[in-house]
Amino acid sequence: MNSFDAFKDPALCRSLLGRLTEEATTPMRFMEVCGTHTVAIFQSGLRSLLPGTITHLTGPGCPVCVTHESEVAAFLELAARDDVIVATFGDLMRVPGPKGANLKTASAEGARVEVVYSPFDALALAKANPDRTVVFLGIGFETTAPTVAATIRLAREQSLDNFLVMSFHKLVPPALRALLADPEARVDAFILPGHVSAIIGVDPYAFLATEYGVPSVITGFEPLDILQALIHIVRMRRDNAPAVINQYSRVVPEHGNQKALAVMAEVFTPVDALWRGLGVLPQSGLAIAEPYAAFDAFKVLGITLKDHPPLPGCRCGEVLKGKMPPNECPLFAKACTPATPVGPCMVSTEGGCAAYFKYRLEA
Amino acid sequence: MSGRLLLDHGSGGKASQRLVAEMFMRHFDNEILRVMDDAAYLDISGPLAVSTDTFTVDPIFFPGGDIGALSVHGTVNDVSMLGATPLFLTCGFVLEEGLDLGDLERVVVSMGRAAREAGVRIVAGDTKVVPRGAADKIFINTTGIGTVRVSPAPSGRRAAPGDAILLTGSMGDHGLAILSTRQGLSFESPVVSDCASLNFLVGKVLDAVPDVHVLRDPTRGGLATTLNEIAGQSGVGCFIEESRIPVDPAVAGGCAVLGLDPLYLANEGKFICIVPEADAEAALAVMRADALGRGACRIGEVRADYPGKVVMTTPLGGQRLLGMLEGEQLPRIC
Repeated sequence: MNSFDAFKDPALCRSLLGRLTEEATTPMRFMEVCGTHTVAIFQSGLRSLLPGTITHLTGPGCPVCVTHESEVAAFLELAARDDVIVATFGDLMRVPGPKGANLKTASAEGARVEVVYSPFDALALAKANPDRTVVFLGIGFETTAPTVAATIRLAREQSLDNFLVMSFHKLVPPALRALLADPEARVDAFILPGHVSAIIGVDPYAFLATEYGVPSVITGFEPLDILQALIHIVRMRRDNAPAVINQYSRVVPEHGNQKALAVMAEVFTPVDALWRGLGVLPQSGLAIAEPYAAFDAFKVLGITLKDHPPLPGCRCGEVLKGKMPPNECPLFAKACTPATPVGPCMVSTEGGCAAYFKYRLEA
Repeated sequence: MSGRLLLDHGSGGKASQRLVAEMFMRHFDNEILRVMDDAAYLDISGPLAVSTDTFTVDPIFFPGGDIGALSVHGTVNDVSMLGATPLFLTCGFVLEEGLDLGDLERVVVSMGRAAREAGVRIVAGDTKVVPRGAADKIFINTTGIGTVRVSPAPSGRRAAPGDAILLTGSMGDHGLAILSTRQGLSFESPVVSDCASLNFLVGKVLDAVPDVHVLRDPTRGGLATTLNEIAGQSGVGCFIEESRIPVDPAVAGGCAVLGLDPLYLANEGKFICIVPEADAEAALAVMRADALGRGACRIGEVRADYPGKVVMTTPLGGQRLLGMLEGEQLPRIC
């Protein structure tokens, strides 16, 4: 057994599950913030095994899902330009815009769209296509922002003048604050994202326990990690001792990744940002800072976000806030399916609606 | 041959004739093809299986194979999945102007070799050359004809409650080999396509277990999509256990890094075999005695509940749907 498999060990998992079932005597609603956790909980079959007292909510932690309609419209407008090559991670290809179009349909209509595995690939694309402007769609949380920042810095060092980034980056802690500030949100505990925390560390989550009294655990993505996190949560609630525990210390340094934080702070600046279903959240996004304005697609190409209201009937907001399970949305599995997604939560590989549709035995 | 392919090679004139003689006839040579009439004269009787497929794989050379060998294996396997012995292949080439003739020859040599090894003869063919940009290097269509060996023939419609679901080996090797080559990614352990003709192994299984209910090779869409197709065709539930599905550690690792699921990745040298429970061990023994089925195992069973669905029990003991893939798998953000 390698170290990777050790965290999936079925016998150990069953033993932890037994302990959790024994100790989880009080009803508890927990939300996992990260889309990778959403998928891990469904894919491992853990969701079907959780004790009846525990309700699992999917949260706003999939960067594709929280991409606002106006942002989707902006990058589709960008893709329609003849002089531009759009470079993107694969997740965004099928995210529908306000009129149902997406990057795949744009590509079929002649747009040049390239799926890349890293922003550095987008930089290479710019070098290989000096007569076109390559615009990388910078979507992601604190996990991806440092690499994009490093790419922008490299583009400046190499004096590249045909590489731009359209930054839609978002920050996780402000979203958690917005959730807890909502009087209707009923989240008793958080499973905090492992990848994001590897960059920002533990401190930025302290307010969850100190201001809101919500027990939270930063955790990894294997079944054992998640089970251990849930046991921590159940015990913190039982002892009325809310805290932020770092269960994922094998990856997450207490004070984060200083190098990554430094490059992020150098290239980006926090701004108010639009979140799908959540609206404008103060200081929750990252725009390209003034010294790097020459790489900002919004500024260089003169693109602004235009107002696009959500589609009638779409309840992404409630789903992302954990107020409604995806299958209670009136569009779920009817108008909105992976083949005909109304919102990105149904199309993203890490989306809550997609997970419900894909993995749940009962629709 | 050396140099580059010209539009002249598709003109039907002397350049075309030279290409056909020096390239295709030379490497596919057999007495039926040599006649060179407008159609091949075949003397076969009995129930026949026919399948056609077009191969557009990019890159055309990949670890473990190339588009030529693949175009033989793919169609040989499709014909075999009807419980048939593949006998003849036809092939159509769409070639892009400017293609390196050395590359074309490598592909054709590989195709000829794959056909000889599979015991099938290429009896008819066609070549078109299209202007640069109108095709991507080389597209190959192959059609296969074979004689059906058993009655009733295996079919996706014959899975019945109580049947055992068997698999001949590890999942996802071909799909990840292609994706990683396309993206220039390398892994600690090399990932090699499983591309192979399965007709001889299928023949051995049918000799031992004539009443095979379903044979299906999980190509595009992988195991998950193929099992869903079978569940839908037969109106049954396919219940499988995740821990029993073999996945090579290098493939599992590569998929974890890229955010892909090996159960949705293509295979080109494996098949799913659904047999009555009583025949399961006999079928497995035959598979395991063959190099192409060494990793054969039982992955689950067919049941009457959850008709049309594939239900997977995870190593933790939880159950979840294993749905069909919507579109292609794409790498995720984080």
